[in-house]
Amino acid sequence: MIYEEVTSASRTRRTLTGAARVLSALQIDGPLAVGLALIAAFGLIVLYSASGQSIGTVIRTALRLLLGTIAMLVLARVNPNFLRRSTPWLYAGGCVLLMLVVTIGHVGMGARRWLNFGLFRFQPSELMKLAVPMMCAWYLHERPLPPGWSSLGALGVLILVPVGLVAIQPDVGTAALIAVAGALVIILAGLRARVMVVLAMLAALGAWFGWSFMHDYQRKRVLMFLNPQADPLGAGYHIIQSQIAIGSGGVFGKGWMNGSQAQLEFLPERSTDFIFAVIGEEFGLLGLLLLLLLYVFVVGRAIYLATQTQDTFARLLAGSLGLTLFVYVFINAGMVTGLLPVVGVPLPLVSYGGSSVVTLLAGFGILMALYSRRKLVGS
Amino acid sequence: MPAVRIKDHWREQRLFDQRSLLCAAIMAVATVGLIVRLFVLQVSRHEYYADLSQGNRVRNEPIPAARGLILDRHGEVIAGNQPAYQLELVPEEVPDLQQTLTRLVQFDLIRAEDVDELERTIDSSRSFDSVPIRLRMSDEDIARFAVRRFEFPGLDIKTRQTRWYPNGELAVHALGYVGAISEQDLKHIDRAAYAGTSLMGKLGVESAYERELHGTNGFREVLVNAQGRSVERQGAFVPNLRTRAPGAGEDLLLSIDLKVQRTAEAALAGHRGAVVALDPNNGDVIALVSLPGFDPTMFGRGITAGEYGILQNDIDRPLFNRALRGTYPPGSTVKPVIALAGLTYHVVDPLAHRHCAGSFHLPGSSFIYREYHNEHHGAVDLDDAIARSCDVYFYGLANEIGVDRMSTFMGPFGFGKPTGIDIGGEKAGILPSRGWKKEAFSRPQDRVWFPGETVSFGIGQGYLTVTPIELAHYASIIAMRGRIWRPRVVAAYRDPRTGELHRIAPLSDGEVPGVAAEDWQRVVHGMIGVTQRGTAAAIGAHALYTFAGKTGTAQVFTVARTEKYNAKLISERLRDHSWFIAFAPADQPRIALAVLEENGGAGASAAAPIARKVLDAYLLGADGKLKPQT
Repeated sequence: MIYEEVTSASRTRRTLTGAARVLSALQIDGPLAVGLALIAAFGLIVLYSASGQSIGTVIRTALRLLLGTIAMLVLARVNPNFLRRSTPWLYAGGCVLLMLVVTIGHVGMGARRWLNFGLFRFQPSELMKLAVPMMCAWYLHERPLPPGWSSLGALGVLILVPVGLVAIQPDVGTAALIAVAGALVIILAGLRARVMVVLAMLAALGAWFGWSFMHDYQRKRVLMFLNPQADPLGAGYHIIQSQIAIGSGGVFGKGWMNGSQAQLEFLPERSTDFIFAVIGEEFGLLGLLLLLLLYVFVVGRAIYLATQTQDTFARLLAGSLGLTLFVYVFINAGMVTGLLPVVGVPLPLVSYGGSSVVTLLAGFGILMALYSRRKLVGS
Repeated sequence: MPAVRIKDHWREQRLFDQRSLLCAAIMAVATVGLIVRLFVLQVSRHEYYADLSQGNRVRNEPIPAARGLILDRHGEVIAGNQPAYQLELVPEEVPDLQQTLTRLVQFDLIRAEDVDELERTIDSSRSFDSVPIRLRMSDEDIARFAVRRFEFPGLDIKTRQTRWYPNGELAVHALGYVGAISEQDLKHIDRAAYAGTSLMGKLGVESAYERELHGTNGFREVLVNAQGRSVERQGAFVPNLRTRAPGAGEDLLLSIDLKVQRTAEAALAGHRGAVVALDPNNGDVIALVSLPGFDPTMFGRGITAGEYGILQNDIDRPLFNRALRGTYPPGSTVKPVIALAGLTYHVVDPLAHRHCAGSFHLPGSSFIYREYHNEHHGAVDLDDAIARSCDVYFYGLANEIGVDRMSTFMGPFGFGKPTGIDIGGEKAGILPSRGWKKEAFSRPQDRVWFPGETVSFGIGQGYLTVTPIELAHYASIIAMRGRIWRPRVVAAYRDPRTGELHRIAPLSDGEVPGVAAEDWQRVVHGMIGVTQRGTAAAIGAHALYTFAGKTGTAQVFTVARTEKYNAKLISERLRDHSWFIAFAPADQPRIALAVLEENGGAGASAAAPIARKVLDAYLLGADGKLKPQT
């Protein structure tokens, strides 16, 4: 190596192979890491503009990304068997914390979501985004698939208890995402089609039932989704302004830091839940397509990795973690473009704030751990 | 015995792969759906949303156009524009609102009783909006504020244009005034065109020529954020914004001659009445006076309820435009047209004498029609009857012509209908006839025309009424021997940039049909007689031009037949109205006029001297000699 003639081509190759060696030593999946890094980088660029050129916001977000990356690196090195064995404890602990939130949690923005640990506030519902699919995968690990009715009943309880606890905070958005993560595990486990139909009907019944328990602002959101023009300055304002932002961006966008809807604050929640609209306005259709391409690539890679793992727990959990990212993206983009009602779901890796970035990257760390140890697990 | 299911890893892997594929497929469909949605928003409906976003970010701030000036025929300014000063406050820039208001009260810049109201207004305004807290500052107020300006951060003096009438009340009833745009006005103006305009014409020229005077407002695009605050930059960029300069309104050149107008107002000053002087050759209004008047500036700067109340409750009714809307019996001023009717219908021999012994009665009736002041004119012919205003002559003549023929004949002279002058608000007098009376009354006994009413008609009493403008118009038609020009106040437009004049062609309304030239001459001769040897001989004396005239005295109050009219004994407001119509020079008339003095008594003594002053003012030059014909 020392005597090799140095050419630019060989230097590039050497750098790449060097990087690959580092990644595999860290048990990181290269393509997945690159995909996530590109999304996060794009996100930081957009955030600088969306926050009104606030470098502080960008730094805080970068720090959270760093924290998430550390969590990812750490979790990627954890033995999946250890992960599986500790799942029930994690799940049980999460449920206890949720109950604590309900009883003694910190109230902010009209909901009780946080536990105050002095130095930092912790949102146990974030933990449950990982703990619930883990628990479902753990439950199905030893059982024959597709799951039977009794398994479904047990899984139903395992999912609905934390979902219910989060929903009464109230944080219906997160509750729904937790439920989706659990449900994805069950679907991937091979849930039969006719059972899905029955469950869909039950869900419809549940939706009707849920409506009667919804808070006024939540009902308003649903109604506004159905007809945003009805109250343009009230609850429909968000949807109208975000559609104006996206639509006025056109194919090429108005340019970075030059979106009038975002910069002049017509777009509410521009750096958080509605940042997708900022991208649409400033980077146009091309910017959004690029972002969607990156997301689809990451999710596709995650599913591929899931199919390569070799036991039930790993497969189901990895698949669920990957697909959850897509669900987040679709719900956020659907809400911002007016396809879905306004629910407070951030755009993963791009929206400002919250501990969701850390959770998400931690989830990908777990996914990488499950994949990289595939030869050590199984029968 | 239930089958015990055991895990089949190979089968489960395949099941998972199938499900993953299914999920990937669903994902693909969802992604395509999302992209379709983006395509709809960003490509198909891009322009729609681009418009909406432009509407969000840009506010059009109107730039009001300068209102056109109004000038007299010699270019003297009658209505112009002047800046008005007001004190405005930006709430967010004021550190202590309470203290600021208290200090303003101390310095007498706002009134203590307004403070509560002001605080409410300021509270309900956006923190960055400039709120007017004191309108109409005098020079002294401005000075008092200016020296203490450093004590009042967030306060500033702003200017806006208001209408300025340098001559005060002069010609106000021709000019009209501008006032705040009312709810009523909003119904028939183009709101977009008036964005930024606060005042509009309310009466007279200001109202009738509103379209020309207003001009076209410009606008300036201003970048605003969601709170409506105007901002410099959009993110990192300063966008290009459009501006359109306003197009000033056109200046109007009136036919009014301010010198004549001033003379007329001065001559009538202290009385209620009207003077209308026309150029008989084209209908130009030389002077249009209605007294008392009012100061039009009051309305432009915002009239208070108190000020308006005083104007409205004034017993002399200063807001009432007597020249265009006041209807009065014309009295003897109708005699020339009655004479013309008699000549045209061949019911009178102009040279034949009739005997006047001071009273007249219809055959078969005991009702006596008296001569004014119980005069006895003796034997009078037509010429004399006009010159000396013999009622008995015209009682008989009217009776011989008959009401319907008089009514028909007088129509073309403009009786009973508006003259069509170019400023609105004109009211028509009444030209009675049998048909008219049938329509006008409801009780059957009132709907019959009585022969005695024809007799009164002959001397301009009874149902016949006219407005001063109608009577001036009638005088100008006789002056022109039948040619009819529609009266107009505005003679030309002037482009405010180039100063180019666009004259407006006078409007002809044809001529009076069927009157022989020698009959015109006979009647005009009689009218010249009025000013030389007749009722107004004293007024016509020493004139440098021959002029034709006719006095009139309109009864307000019916004196019992057996009593004598005694002006001194009856209240001033029940005295007769005094009329005078005239035109001069008699053969080549340059001016025709009507003068009314309400409750002035006899036409010869009150109205005629005013008419003489107006004629002199118009016809004589500064050297006191007759101006040459132009």
